[in-house]
Amino acid sequence: MNMRVNGEDYQAETGLTIGQLLHRLGLQAERVVLEINTNIINAADSTDTELHDGDNLEIIQFVGGG
Amino acid sequence: MINIQLNEVPFGLAEETSLYQLRTQQKPDADILILNGFPATDDCLLKDEDQIIMIKRGEIPAASQLEALMMARHTPGVHSRIAQSTVGIAGAGGLGSNIAIALARVGVGQLVIADFDLVEPSNLNRQQYFIDQIGLPKVVALKENLKRINPYVKVKIYEGKIDPQNLRKVFTAVDVMVEAFDAPEQKAMLTTAHLQQSPDCPLVAASGMAGYASSNRIQTKKIRHNLYVVGDQATAAMPGQGLMAPRVSIAAGHQANAVLRLLLGEQPE
Repeated sequence: MNMRVNGEDYQAETGLTIGQLLHRLGLQAERVVLEINTNIINAADSTDTELHDGDNLEIIQFVGGG
Repeated sequence: MINIQLNEVPFGLAEETSLYQLRTQQKPDADILILNGFPATDDCLLKDEDQIIMIKRGEIPAASQLEALMMARHTPGVHSRIAQSTVGIAGAGGLGSNIAIALARVGVGQLVIADFDLVEPSNLNRQQYFIDQIGLPKVVALKENLKRINPYVKVKIYEGKIDPQNLRKVFTAVDVMVEAFDAPEQKAMLTTAHLQQSPDCPLVAASGMAGYASSNRIQTKKIRHNLYVVGDQATAAMPGQGLMAPRVSIAAGHQANAVLRLLLGEQPE
């Protein structure tokens, strides 16, 4: 299936979950803000949710410090 | 008739009035007289457009007086708009303590500040606390410090952890929200919860300000509708790359200015 991730084309097999995608991108679900098709999703609670063809994802990663 | 400014307020005077005569009339107990930006050491005749500040050492100006002083320092129209606003700040560490102080100095009407932590000795490397405040809850110490800067800013504090369940209750009716946490999980939690629960309220978050890399890498970016992120988005706090006062306060300055711009109807980026 074809998706958009942070403005770029991303191809993956059908059934890919949010958790699997974040893992492939080297990101931790607890440290990101995830927007799928303009909806804000709680990534840490949705790691088993499957992604769909045509999904448009924006992933914002936070690093520590303040 | 000559027109001067006395303590930042327009004031009309009879011709041939001297500085000391004006003091006798207006503020006989003033022990410091500043004429056109410089301390006056001698009496002199006043002239049109002179700016005079009269101060009694140690005296705290009344709210209306301080407001006149602040208004004069701000662009017209700016002061009244920010004086009516409320800003929420989640976290009172290096970012939050600096942001709160900047916003109190510009005269934001109300601040709501939440933090669960106590002031520790190591915090003094970048956070706006004093050595005699070690052990105090940060929100209590910060409120004290803000009162010393501008006692007329309303400061509401919440001592405790913020989670998605209490977020809206703690930060009710804020015009702009600020994420000023330290841990990345807390930053992501607050940002996610805020965008889900209060999509109409702008959020200014921060990511990446550790170490001493170039100041110019710290930027304010619009990520999506109502989400702005300040920082270099890369330098995490870790062993060998600690959090230090200069970059943390630069990021805090970016965040405070983004808040100010939002309150004034401008885009922060």
